[in-house]
Amino acid sequence: MILPALCFYMFSAVAIAAGVMVISARNPVHSVLFLILAFLNAAGLFVLMGAEFLAMILAIVYVGAVAVLFMFVVMMLDIDFTQAREGFLQYLPIGGAIGVALLVELGFLVAARSVTETGDPLTAKLPDGTGGVTNTEALGQILYTKYFYLFQAAGIILLIAMVGAIVLTLRQREGVRRQKIASQVARRRDEAVEIRNVTPGTGI
Amino acid sequence: MSFIDRSTKALLLTELVSGLALTFKYMFRKKVTINYPYEKGPLSPRFRGEHALRRYPNGEERCIACKLCEAICPALAITIEAEPREDGSRRTTRYDIDMTKCIYCGFCQEACPVDAIVEGPNYEFATETREELFYDKDKLLANGDRWEKQIAANLAADAPYR
Amino acid sequence: MVGFWDGYVWPGVVILAQILLIVVPLLVAVAYLTYAERKVIGAIHLRKGPNVVGPLGLLQPIADGLKLLVKETILPARANIGVFVLAPIITFTLSFIAWAVIPFDEGWVLADINVGVLYLFAVSSLGVYGVLMAGWASNSRYAFLGALRSAAQMVSYEVSIGFVIVTVLICAGSLNLSEIVMAQKDLWFFIPLFPMFVIFLISALAETNRSPFDLPEDESALVAGYFVEYSSMLFALFYLGEYAAMILMSGMTVILFLGGWLPPFDIAPFTWVPGIIWFGLKIALVLFVFLWARATFPRYRYDQLMRLGWKVFLPFSLFWVAVTAGAVVAFDWYPS
Repeated sequence: MILPALCFYMFSAVAIAAGVMVISARNPVHSVLFLILAFLNAAGLFVLMGAEFLAMILAIVYVGAVAVLFMFVVMMLDIDFTQAREGFLQYLPIGGAIGVALLVELGFLVAARSVTETGDPLTAKLPDGTGGVTNTEALGQILYTKYFYLFQAAGIILLIAMVGAIVLTLRQREGVRRQKIASQVARRRDEAVEIRNVTPGTGI
Repeated sequence: MSFIDRSTKALLLTELVSGLALTFKYMFRKKVTINYPYEKGPLSPRFRGEHALRRYPNGEERCIACKLCEAICPALAITIEAEPREDGSRRTTRYDIDMTKCIYCGFCQEACPVDAIVEGPNYEFATETREELFYDKDKLLANGDRWEKQIAANLAADAPYR
Repeated sequence: MVGFWDGYVWPGVVILAQILLIVVPLLVAVAYLTYAERKVIGAIHLRKGPNVVGPLGLLQPIADGLKLLVKETILPARANIGVFVLAPIITFTLSFIAWAVIPFDEGWVLADINVGVLYLFAVSSLGVYGVLMAGWASNSRYAFLGALRSAAQMVSYEVSIGFVIVTVLICAGSLNLSEIVMAQKDLWFFIPLFPMFVIFLISALAETNRSPFDLPEDESALVAGYFVEYSSMLFALFYLGEYAAMILMSGMTVILFLGGWLPPFDIAPFTWVPGIIWFGLKIALVLFVFLWARATFPRYRYDQLMRLGWKVFLPFSLFWVAVTAGAVVAFDWYPS
């Protein structure tokens, strides 16, 4: 079948093009939109590899939640574009060095893959659905047995990060009147209303 | 007790459910829609709609150009000019109402000593141009001829309360 | 060349026909949902609703569609045109691609994938982009505020929807939608999971920006929210997308809680009716609840909406996940 190959090249080409656009787009909101496109194409690549669970999780977590927050922040920012472009040359050496390092690492990976064809985690086949085990199930079985403690630790770290963020940003101001919905709802008629028989001209 | 009672009610969303039940009940009530150009709602005899100048049964116009309506009109919508007619009676030569100014307060018909200017039951006099709403004497008299039957009936119906 | 014909062209034609078979009835359903909405809400207000165009006003949606079609598309001068045009297209597309995994009857599904629920969840979580992009690209304060509200609201309520789905998954033991339906053969999930069913219904209202959670379009405060600047066909795409998303959420409710295409009782007169009709009837029932709620409840205030999402639904659904999982483990009720 040439169809999967065609799909692969389409997804990867779009992903790479979108990745390039992320850093070259003039408008930061466009950058985020291209980032989302890149994420979605990566999800497509996962589907081609038979890892549909990972693909969906990528779409839900990265596109559905993380990128929304990016978008939120970027839209609200009032960026001065000319100012953001200042000092481009100044940062070029550091940025370039990091880019080159990543590229070299990527090259190593490709080289390692072509040298050792078997017995290497990179080329290990993903469990496909044929063995009666879907890859969701396979992931669950390995995640909740072999990597159980690491998985729990990751969860706890995230929880602590969340609590930390809340603790750092929560501030209790004195003298702020807040709505207490429960007490409003709990108020009954006899606590609020009193009927008096007022004689005309006397007042209460 | 009341606390537990209240909490249970809140948790079971009783208020939301009773609201939904009420609207559901209303869904099967008789509809009150009036199919407008074909069906119309009832009008009070006192309804103040489009103006009309009335005539006596013998065809003589009622208006004697006393200009009380012009004087009382709060929106200054009425313009009257008067001259003696050949037979010596005082009549209007010009009786204009600017319907775009009129606020339909009904003071003109209250002020009129001879029941000449009245606000009739007609409310469907929308026009395509503004100029058509500057009514002159001919238009007002034509209105009077057209609606006389209903205007007379309305005045008779309202008479006991005046 | 025989391989090419049999391997690519013919399956392609079949799939295209299947897609049309889903999309065309869906578009008709969307059109008549707008009609049903006006009729139901009219009836609750003691009005008649549309009754002039065609018998009983049945041609009203077509007249509305034609009106939108022939109107002028207005692109605001300072809008970001590309994103502005893309936003309604995304909203519209997203509300339709989700139908690929919905099982209409036993085996009647375009793509019977293993992670159907996750796919639905992913697609519904992408729905926020159409709104966000529309609000930003319009370059209008009302639209932007509407978009921000919508984004925060949809992300918040997705969390509790996620937990509700997890409880259903615990009971069904599969991510495949057909298997979730089949797991309800004996008992529809809305009976054992009734609190989660209610939470899902309410969250579905919030997720589709429906009244009483229609703050993103809040006409009394934001004019029309994120689509103030839209007109003509672009507006129509938003409108269609929104109503298709409503039908989709109803479909999800039916599949997760109301036993999909299964008849209510597994005995003779009920089993004669084909599954797809049961499925349609159940969707119509849930949609009626959507419309009914719109006619009954006043709009939430925004802080109350957030409070409900994060302080009530999230802890409650988390608690219920724990209870369900605990019950399944303790009483050995593992799904087969």
